[in-house]
Amino acid sequence: MIKLSLSRISFIGYVVVVLIFLILPLLIVVPMSFSDSRFLSFPPSSYSFRWYETFFNNPGWMSAAKTSLIVAFSTALIATPIGVAAAYAINNSTHRLMRYLKIVLLLPLIVPIIIVATGVFFIYALSGMLYTIPGLIMADVMLALPYVITAVTAGLHGFDQTQEMVARSLGMNRFRSFMSVTLPQIMPSVLTGAIFAFIQALDETMVALFISRGQNQPLTVRMFTALRDEIDPTIAAISTLLTAASFALVLLLVLARKQAPA
Amino acid sequence: MKATVVHDHFPPASNRDASLGYRRREHALMLLLMSPAVLVVFVLLLIPLGWLIGQSFYADGFTLEHYQRILTERIYWNTFWVTFRISFIVTLLALLMGYPIAYATSILPRRWSMLVLALVILPFWTSVLVRAYAWLILLQRSGVVNESLMGIGLIDAPLALVHNELGTIIATVHILLPFMVLPLYATMQKIPKDLIQAGASLGGSPLHVFTRVFFPLSLSGVLAGMTLVFVLCLGFYITPELVGGGRTVMASMLVSRNIQLYSDWGAASAVSVVLLICVLIIFYVVSRLVPLEKILGAK
Repeated sequence: MIKLSLSRISFIGYVVVVLIFLILPLLIVVPMSFSDSRFLSFPPSSYSFRWYETFFNNPGWMSAAKTSLIVAFSTALIATPIGVAAAYAINNSTHRLMRYLKIVLLLPLIVPIIIVATGVFFIYALSGMLYTIPGLIMADVMLALPYVITAVTAGLHGFDQTQEMVARSLGMNRFRSFMSVTLPQIMPSVLTGAIFAFIQALDETMVALFISRGQNQPLTVRMFTALRDEIDPTIAAISTLLTAASFALVLLLVLARKQAPA
Repeated sequence: MKATVVHDHFPPASNRDASLGYRRREHALMLLLMSPAVLVVFVLLLIPLGWLIGQSFYADGFTLEHYQRILTERIYWNTFWVTFRISFIVTLLALLMGYPIAYATSILPRRWSMLVLALVILPFWTSVLVRAYAWLILLQRSGVVNESLMGIGLIDAPLALVHNELGTIIATVHILLPFMVLPLYATMQKIPKDLIQAGASLGGSPLHVFTRVFFPLSLSGVLAGMTLVFVLCLGFYITPELVGGGRTVMASMLVSRNIQLYSDWGAASAVSVVLLICVLIIFYVVSRLVPLEKILGAK
């Protein structure tokens, strides 16, 4: 049994307080969403599903939710193969250029998001992609690429490349040997990358604020506007749903990792 | 004759040619595989950045007036000062809160440390908007924090916790704390347990072992976490806009307002360029000490 000294107890106490600080805001939203009142008093005086009904019965919120899901799925679908190809190249090549290209691919994480948003707004205004769904998807693909590449590169590091060499020396072409030997073994990290891409697209707000409008506004942009103008508990209902979705995806991520060979 | 036979079996020259050709094809293939990703970033980020830099020097011809305005007008100075001050405070608070958490995960039994880590990661994957909303509920005049403080008699009237700089700092620390904890955790995981035991067996008190052995070895994580939090905070927009109630103006809000309210692209791009240069300098300096991948790994 570890001796519980005073300093040990105060350290544990401090850690617990910080953990409460981290988790409390996530928990507070849930009871708010079941409130029966318009007001943001906590705890709510009585409970109901009315804010969930408001959300599901409002065509505006529904079309925003649809846009968000379409954009998030498409982003994961496009960013994952592009990111896997790039990660494979980064892992296999010793070319001088690769070092610089690697930094280029990390840039979406380095450049402050407001600058990314301004730049994308400009290039879309020129090319007529402004306020379109494909425009939203491509912007999210760019922002998701570093996540996919980081996840897949980590997976490739743990994979013994000679296995692919063996498949190729036995007569398989490169693409087939990758698909049938390498890909199945790095699948957990590819899935991780895909889920990162999905969540990033679902959460993205800043760029979408600049390049979406009306029918094509994702959920986050509508939430942002609602939060700035007038807060009502519909936001709490949506927040609860979003948080539940995030948790489900993180759980999926943990399961994907568990399947990875140790 | 003999030489030809040897040559047939071990063709050194042509082998070198073949391997050179193979390597060229290999390079070409790898660059090809890289190209879709690079193309996306090039078109959607690098070209616009070039244009933005151009705009910052442009008003019917080359000019430095946008930069002059940043240097001379109070609002610009003020905004950068507020942005750096908030980022500094947030980074310091995140370190003070994040280091013990990461340290706890490195010394606790595995089951407990996984629980702590899960509690750090869950908010990480929750929308920034959801968290901004939660802090509005918690910190508003009749919010949970004010009501409970008044309930236990610590204060008589509600404190102004939100729609100001204080609220912005609280919510921003909450959002950026995981970015501090994760690189710290990754670094602490790699510190060999033997070293700590060796320090203890040589007669060092726990505090002594911590300050002389553990802490110095965790410094690269401290640097990575602080850099990430500071840089992310410099570019924060959504949280100060919502929780700060638009009154705490940070650099990115200045960019957005110049575009959306005044359509002043010159001013917006000059502010963007200054912000970008600050971020790049910080990354460059820190990347001399800690590899870039390590800093961005957690993000």
